[in-house]
Amino acid sequence: MRDVAVVSFSYSTVAKEQMRNEVEMLAPVITEAIDASGIARSDIGFTCSGSFDYLQGGPFSFVMGLDAVGAWPPIRESHVEMDGAWALYEAWIALQTGEVDSALVYGFGKASQGNVHEIMSLQLDPYYVAPLWPSMVDLAALQARAYLDASGRSERDLAGVVAQAMRSARDTPQAIRSGEPSIEDLLASPYVASPLRDADIFPTTDGVAVIVLAAGDLARSVNKRPAWIRGLDHRIEPHSLGARDLTRSDSTALAAKHAGVASGPIDVAEVHAQFSHEVLILSEALGVDPSIVNPSGGPLAANGIMSAGLVRIGEVARRIMDGTANRGVAHATSGPALQQNLVCVLEGE
Amino acid sequence: MTEPLVARHSLEYPGGYTRSVGEVVGRYLTGLRDGRIEGARLADGRVLVPPTEYDPLTSAAVSVDDFVEVGPAGTVVTWSWVANPRAEKHALDRPFAFALIRPDGADTSMLHMVDVSTPEEMSTGMRVIPHWRSDRIGGVSDIEAWRPYKDGDPIPEVPPLPFSENMGDSVTGIVTSGRLDYEIAAGESTTRFLLGLAEGKIIGGKAVGSDDVYAASRGTDPTTGAPTSISVDVSDTGVITTFCIVNIPGLSDLAPEIPYVSAQVLLDGANNTFFGLIRGCSVDEVRMGMRVKAKWLEKLTADHGSIEWWEPTGEPDAEYADYKDYL
Amino acid sequence: MSKNAVAVVGVGQTHHRSSRKDVSMAGLVREAAVEALEDAGMTWSDIDAVVVGKAPDMFEGVAMPELYLADALGAAGKPMLRVHTAGSVGGSTAIVAAKLVQAGVHERVLTVAYEKQSESNATWGLSVPMPFSPPLVAGAGGYFAPMIRAYMTRSGAPRESGHLVAVKDRLNAVRNPRAHLHMPEITLKMVEESWLLWDPLRYLDTCPSSDGAMAMVLGSEKVAAAAPNPVAWVHGMAMRSEPTMFARRDQINPQAGKDCAADVYRQAGISDPRRDLDCAEVYVPFSWYEPMWLENLGFCAEGDGWKLTAEGATAFDGDIPWNPSGGVLSSNPIGASGMIRFGEVAQQVRGAAGGHQVELKTGKALGHAYGGGSQFFAMWVVGAKKPE
Repeated sequence: MRDVAVVSFSYSTVAKEQMRNEVEMLAPVITEAIDASGIARSDIGFTCSGSFDYLQGGPFSFVMGLDAVGAWPPIRESHVEMDGAWALYEAWIALQTGEVDSALVYGFGKASQGNVHEIMSLQLDPYYVAPLWPSMVDLAALQARAYLDASGRSERDLAGVVAQAMRSARDTPQAIRSGEPSIEDLLASPYVASPLRDADIFPTTDGVAVIVLAAGDLARSVNKRPAWIRGLDHRIEPHSLGARDLTRSDSTALAAKHAGVASGPIDVAEVHAQFSHEVLILSEALGVDPSIVNPSGGPLAANGIMSAGLVRIGEVARRIMDGTANRGVAHATSGPALQQNLVCVLEGE
Repeated sequence: MTEPLVARHSLEYPGGYTRSVGEVVGRYLTGLRDGRIEGARLADGRVLVPPTEYDPLTSAAVSVDDFVEVGPAGTVVTWSWVANPRAEKHALDRPFAFALIRPDGADTSMLHMVDVSTPEEMSTGMRVIPHWRSDRIGGVSDIEAWRPYKDGDPIPEVPPLPFSENMGDSVTGIVTSGRLDYEIAAGESTTRFLLGLAEGKIIGGKAVGSDDVYAASRGTDPTTGAPTSISVDVSDTGVITTFCIVNIPGLSDLAPEIPYVSAQVLLDGANNTFFGLIRGCSVDEVRMGMRVKAKWLEKLTADHGSIEWWEPTGEPDAEYADYKDYL
Repeated sequence: MSKNAVAVVGVGQTHHRSSRKDVSMAGLVREAAVEALEDAGMTWSDIDAVVVGKAPDMFEGVAMPELYLADALGAAGKPMLRVHTAGSVGGSTAIVAAKLVQAGVHERVLTVAYEKQSESNATWGLSVPMPFSPPLVAGAGGYFAPMIRAYMTRSGAPRESGHLVAVKDRLNAVRNPRAHLHMPEITLKMVEESWLLWDPLRYLDTCPSSDGAMAMVLGSEKVAAAAPNPVAWVHGMAMRSEPTMFARRDQINPQAGKDCAADVYRQAGISDPRRDLDCAEVYVPFSWYEPMWLENLGFCAEGDGWKLTAEGATAFDGDIPWNPSGGVLSSNPIGASGMIRFGEVAQQVRGAAGGHQVELKTGKALGHAYGGGSQFFAMWVVGAKKPE
C-alpha cells in the first residue's frame, strides 16, 4: 500500500452552540487545519466529509457544509452519511489509487439541536424494532448489562472507567466534562437507564473535526513527524441485537486483525466508546490494556456526533506528531450497540 | 453581540411512512395479529426470532416455509430500565423495561418491553410471557408488553379480535410515524440578515479581500470559505434574471393563488441571486431583465416573510449583458 | 503508482415502479443485488466489501439504512460504506466502490443504490421547510424551471426542444422492460398539450417518482478474467463539486460538470465524445437537461445542444444515442438513478442491454449523474476492451 499520513488535525466542541450554524463552526477549523498542514487550500487533491441529515432535521446537511471549504474552482469531493472516520477511509482509498497526493477530511454535527438519543432509534430495523422507540441509551444499557453479567465485572468497574476518563480529560481543551470524581460519588448517582448513569453516557456535544492527509514525500516535506497510517480496516456485524453476542465486539477484533494492531507495541489507544462499558469491550477486542485507552478522556468527555470517530484518529495522530507516542490505535463506531467498527493503526517514523 | 435567533422545528412525515413489508415480515406480523409468535428455522438448525428476511450470518433468504411457532413464554437475556417513558413514542405510559427476550424454542432474542412496576422486579434469566392487545393490527405493538411468568402456570388466553371482513388476510404493510423536535440556531450571518429585514433593510456580507457581496450569506464566501465578516447594505431593488410561471396549486403553505411567478432576483449591490415571488403585474408581463423592488410587509419581523414579494418599478429593463453572468 | 484495472462483472436492477408494494426495503435492494451476483457468477461469500448509496434518509425515514440492510446484502464481517452526495449519489457510490478495487484494497465489491419513494413523498422529502432558510415556495420545479428559461434565452432554443426529449426517452423506455413508464403512444402533441406546471416546464417534461434499486459487482483484472459473462472495463471516472450558490455562478453550464467531463475524457482517451462514444446515459430529470448537458459535456459547442436533439442525433438510431434505456424521465428512484445510468452503459458495452442495445462501434459509453442544484457531478466511461 502507498504510505499515507495524517499531517494536521484540528477540532472543536461545545455543549450547545447557539450562536453559529454548521458552516460558521466548520470554517475556522478547516482553515486552522489547512494552515497547519503546510499544504495550500488550492493544492488539496480530494475532500471528503461525514455528516448526518437527521441531526439538523432536514436533508442535505453536507451541501451547506461545503460552503466552509471554498470549493472553487470545482473540487474532487465526496460525502458519507457516516462518522468522519469513514470519510477518512474514503479519502485514504483515493490516495491509494495514486490519483491525488493529499486530502481534506471533516466531520460535523450539532447534536444539541435535537434529541440525539431518540434520533438514533431511526437506525433500527424499521419493521421489528424502530416502532418501539428504544433510544440509543436504552440499547447501550442492554449491552452493558449483558457484558457485566457475562464478564463478572460490576458497575464499580464502569465507574472506574468514568473516573479515569474524567481525570484524563482535564488536559483536553475540547472536553465538555472532566474532573476527579470519586468512585463512590459516581455509584451514588441515579441511573439514567439501569445499569448506566449519567456519567457512563457521553455528553451531548456539538462538534467539528478536520484532518489533512498526505502521501509519501509530500507528507515528509510538510511535516517533521507525520503520523503514518499503517493499517486501516472496518467491519460490520448483523443488525439485530438479538442475533449478536453483545458481550464482545467481533467486528472490532476482525478490523483490528486486518489493520495489524498486534504486529507491534501500542503506546496509545483512542476508542469511540460513547458509554463506559464500551471502553472495556473495545479494549478487549483491540487487545490493549484499558489503562492506555483514551488519554484525551474520549467520548465520555466530548462526543461530537459525526466527528468523534475522526477525533479518535486525530488524537492518536497528534500524539505521534508531537513525539509523545510512537505507535497507536484509533477506533470509530457506527450503528446501534457497536454494530460497525473501524480500526486505524498509526505510527511515527 | 446580538442574541442568537433560535426556532423550534419539527420533522414528521404527515400521516406516517407507508411501509410495504414483503412476504417474510408480513407472515411474522400476521402471526402477531393472530396472537402467535413465529420464528424461522435456519439452514444450521437454529431458530431465528424475530424472523428477519435474511440469515444475519450467511445472508441466505429466509423462507416462510421454514416458519415454526415459538414461545409463548420466554426468558429475559438482558434488560434496561425506562424510568420516564416518552409520550407519543412508547406504547406504555408507565415505567417499564426494554429487554431482549428469547422465546422458548428460539436461538436468538427479540427486543420488546416488560411491564413491571419497579426495576427490582427485573432480572436476567427471568421468565416472561406476552400480554396481547385486543386490538391487534399486525405490528410489533400487538404484544402490549411481556409480563412475569411462572413455569407451570396456565398460559393466558389471547383475546379474540372483533370480527372484521379482512381478518383472514395477510399483513402486507405497516404505517410508522413519529415526530422529532429540534431547536435550530440561525447562526451569526443569518441572524444579521434577518434582523436587517426586521428593520426594512437587506444586509449582505462580504469577506476580507473580496468584492463579492452575498445576501444572504450563510457565513462564508463559498468560493474561498473565508468568513463574510464585513456587513454591506444592499438595495431592495434589483433585476429579474430568470423566472417561471407556476400553475400548480398548493406546492407550499406560502404559495399564492395560481398562476404566480417565482423568480431569481439579482439585487443592486449584491453578487448572488435569490428566489422571490413577483406580483403587482400580470404574469404575462414578467420578463427577464425586468426591474423590481421589494414589497415589504406592514409589520416587519426577523423573517424572510418580511419581504412579501417583488413588484415592477416601471424603470427600463436591464440589458441582458448586465445580468447574463448571473444565470 | 499505477492504478489497478477495474471491471463491471455483474449488473442487476429491479423493475422500477411507482410503488413496489410487494417487497420491503431489504427485499428491493436484495432483488438487484442477487441479479448482479448471479450475473457475476458469484455468491455472497465471494464479496469482499459492500458500498451502498441513496439520497436523503428522510425519504424512507430510516437513518443510515445500510446498518439495517447489512444482513440483506451479505455484509456481516465485511466492510460496508454508505455514500450520500444528493442526486449524483448513484454515480459517486459506484465510483467509491470501483476505487476500492482500483486501489488494490479489494478484489470484488458489491455496490447497490436504491430509493423506495412510495414510503413517503419525494416532494416532501426534498423540501422539508427549515427555520431561517428561504422558503422553497414552488417546489423543485420552481427551482429548475427558471434555469430552463435562462437556457432557452441564452441558446435560442425553441420551445419544442425539451418536448422532443420527453418523447424520445419515453419511446426508448418501451424497449426496456425494467423502465417505470411505458408510453408507446406518446407524441410531441401530447407533451405540448400536457399540463404547463412550471412554465416553461410541462408535466410530460418531468420525471416520475419510482421505487427501484440498481446493483453492480466490480472486480479486479483477475476477477474479470474469470467472469462467466463479458465485462465492462472502467476507462475513467471522476467527481466534481462546486458551491451551491456563489457570485456569477453559471447554473446552466456549471464549471464542475465541464471539469468532471474533461477529467473523465482525459482518462479514457476521449477527444470528441460524440465520435468516440457509442452512447451515453445522462441524468436528465427534466427534458430540457438533455440539450443543456449536451453542451456541458462537450458533445457540441455551447448553444448547440438543442440542435443535436432536433436533428435526432441523440435518438435511439442517431449517431450518439442518449438514454437508450429511457433515462431518468422514464424511471426515477432518486438514489438509484445515477447508478442506473452507470450500470446501463456497462450493459451496453457488454452487449447485454437487450431490447435497448445500441450498435457498438468504439465500444465505449458514458454514464453521468448530477445532483443538488447542479453542483455535484459523477461520471464514468466504460469500454468493452481493457484500457491500455
